[in-house]
Amino acid sequence: MKSSRTVTIVATLLLIASLAGSAVTSNKVESLRGKEATLEEVLFLPSGNALKRLSLGYSGLLADIYWTRAVQYYGAQSNQRSARYDLLAPLLDITTDLDPKLLVAYEAGSVLLAQKPGGAGQPDKAVALVEKGIRENPDYWRLYFTLGFIHYLDRKDYKAASEAFEKGSKVPGALPWMKVMAARMAERGNEIPVALELWNTIYQTNPTLRDTAVKHIVSLQAAADIKELTRRIAVYQQKSGSPPDTWADLIRSGLIPGIPRDPTGSPYKLMPGAAVWVEDPGKFPFLSEETIREGK
Amino acid sequence: MTSRLSAITLNTFREAVRDRVLYNLILFVLLLVASSPLFGAISIGIQRLVLINLSLTSISLFGVVIAIFIGIGLVFKEIEKKTLYTILSRPVRRWEFILGKYFGLVLTLTVNAALMTVGVYVALLITEQKLTTADARLMVAVYFIILQFLMVTAITLLFSSFSTPIFSAVFAFALFAIGKFAGDLRTVAAMAHGATKWLTTAAAYAVPNFASLDVIPQVAYNQPISGSLIVYNTLYALLYSAAMIAGAVLIFERRNLK
Amino acid sequence: MYAIEIQGLSKSYAVGFWKKQSQPALRGLNLTVEPGETFGFLGPNGAGKTTTLKLLMGITFPTSGSARILGKDLRDPQIKKRVGFLPEQPYFYDYLSAPELLTYYAQLSGVATPGRSQHIQALLDRVGLGDVGSKQLRKFSKGMLQRVGIAQAIVHDPEVIFLDEPMSGLDPLGRYEVRELIQGLKDAGKTIFFSTHILSDAEALCDRVAVIHKGELRGVGVVNDLRSASAEKAEVVWKGTAALSTLAGHLTESHVTGDTVRATVSTETLDLVLEKLRQQQARLVSVTPLHGTLEDYFLAKTSESGAAEA
Repeated sequence: MKSSRTVTIVATLLLIASLAGSAVTSNKVESLRGKEATLEEVLFLPSGNALKRLSLGYSGLLADIYWTRAVQYYGAQSNQRSARYDLLAPLLDITTDLDPKLLVAYEAGSVLLAQKPGGAGQPDKAVALVEKGIRENPDYWRLYFTLGFIHYLDRKDYKAASEAFEKGSKVPGALPWMKVMAARMAERGNEIPVALELWNTIYQTNPTLRDTAVKHIVSLQAAADIKELTRRIAVYQQKSGSPPDTWADLIRSGLIPGIPRDPTGSPYKLMPGAAVWVEDPGKFPFLSEETIREGK
Repeated sequence: MTSRLSAITLNTFREAVRDRVLYNLILFVLLLVASSPLFGAISIGIQRLVLINLSLTSISLFGVVIAIFIGIGLVFKEIEKKTLYTILSRPVRRWEFILGKYFGLVLTLTVNAALMTVGVYVALLITEQKLTTADARLMVAVYFIILQFLMVTAITLLFSSFSTPIFSAVFAFALFAIGKFAGDLRTVAAMAHGATKWLTTAAAYAVPNFASLDVIPQVAYNQPISGSLIVYNTLYALLYSAAMIAGAVLIFERRNLK
Repeated sequence: MYAIEIQGLSKSYAVGFWKKQSQPALRGLNLTVEPGETFGFLGPNGAGKTTTLKLLMGITFPTSGSARILGKDLRDPQIKKRVGFLPEQPYFYDYLSAPELLTYYAQLSGVATPGRSQHIQALLDRVGLGDVGSKQLRKFSKGMLQRVGIAQAIVHDPEVIFLDEPMSGLDPLGRYEVRELIQGLKDAGKTIFFSTHILSDAEALCDRVAVIHKGELRGVGVVNDLRSASAEKAEVVWKGTAALSTLAGHLTESHVTGDTVRATVSTETLDLVLEKLRQQQARLVSVTPLHGTLEDYFLAKTSESGAAEA
């Protein structure tokens, strides 16, 4: 003999019906709350530090949950991509407050923040996030790498990119290529003295990169030379009323001490129209009009 | 039947009161009083925010803790102490017993929460010198907290009907914590594939959805809460609790008591 | 209609780590109790007395067999209104006072509200707890708790009352008072079924007794028959119920369990009965002269040789 049969039947039916009913109602509730209700919670969270204290030592776990949330709502694989990009920066901020050492949140999170399309298109916020990451993790050179690329690709600020790569290159363990990126970025941003210095350091410290370094160095020096020569030609033109025909004209007027030679030793060519160029452009693969024109 | 049910309900309530459970109200008041210097140091707008967040969260947490600590013993204690023998020898159905215990604990929690809410309103009155319609929204948050109690008590009762107190407490607390992140569980389920999707979806529904019952932030920021949300949340809490209790009844009906 | 009718009631517990082995606590119990009878259920500790009572109360479920109380199957909750139960070493809600406890139980048993509180106060007086007032049960002595136990067993004026070791833990005065209470109930015509291992109480109060040992019924009989000073009666046990009809007139008392018949016979007719049994080719199991005290009977039935009769 077991229990009353009626009770068993009623209770079983009730159990099944209630479970089914609760699932259905739950769906309805979720739809009423909106697709991004879970995301919007971030607006109501206290500051990251308060939350950290409240989480009673489980802040790491909480950070992981929030990071997962970010991936789910904003990640490329997400099939319910959220357009609420206004919530991404606060979410990442809270995540990194809870766990300042959660590197992936800085690295991948900043990419999500900076990119457009496929991201929030907020590179300035991305920069702020990565800089926070660097403050909390100064020994992790890859954050500088991330920072550099944000400046380079999303903000097109080559000077800042170069500085980021350069700082990162100084962190122990950084790949030498960081310095190369720094130099290239400087060059891209037409910061000729900075670029030269960087290339020189590379030349001196890294045997494998010597060839590349040399090519860059000579190109940059040539650019600087040509720029200066062009300037002095303009001075001559102003004084004499007509462009010089040969270098001798310039030497005679005292504007240059002798025949200008490029870093490879060959003399610079004075072209018709008073333009200056190198004898053998092949030796100067990185020499461009832009560098000459914009070089600082 | 109803007289037996109400007798068991009231007796369960009486037991909780005589067990000095309501003393937690003193702790609550102390908490509010101790944190009031905090209010004085910050601007008016934030003052209200902090008061509401702090007090509502306390009402919720205190209640859940009580629900679990008393709930784990609801059935277990009666079996261990054999007080059930003289109950079952009477025309009490086993399911009446379970239901009566449930209602008794829910009544205790509701009274507790109601008294605390009065305290909150008193505190609001003191700090703001008047009550506004915005303050009425607090009741919705408290109502949702009580819905949450309905579910937590039912879950704990289910565990109490077959498990020892320690396990019941662990499971109940775990489910409560996971329930707070039910939204994330759902998004994981939505993004999964194959067998994992099936499993995580089942888990997402099995786990109590406490995230949707948490309107404390909205109330603190004075945002309206839709009537249909109230209706559907009520339905959800009732259905989920009914399922848990049905489970408890099924288990208890069959139990050979030693 | 019997007050209590038990048929083949058995209970086995699954033991062992994998719950594969079965440990029988009660094996095929058959018993009947007439209305108004005071029936003693005797046995050493662990014999299965409490198990039987738990089965009858629906606290545990039998492995097989059935029982009826006042003609109704014991699963019927309505029958509980007419049944009272005092468990062994009872524990009550210690945060309640005696009147509160009795009121609670009365509510659960369906006692009507009008006049209820007076009735409860009268009951408390009757069990000697008239002046406990609002003292919480956690402060009661063992004797006082036992009295509360009896009070709750009869607060709804049941017809059948089950008592499990009602004298346990009481001092001589307490035991005397409980005996008086049971006598009072008996005089009021109630059916009382009580289990005990104290034979003197059984002797004093019971009309009939059953002896149970290791889960099996070992003996049943009218108390006076079982303890006659001179050997006026004998107990005959045999296998083969077919012979029963021919012998009906010669037996003072008989009881059947499965294939085994246990009968009380006066010594005058003993030879006649034995002869008839031989003619019927019934298999004789034992013949026990009934003289001496109930204790002698009890010891005989609970010894190893007594097991052969089961």
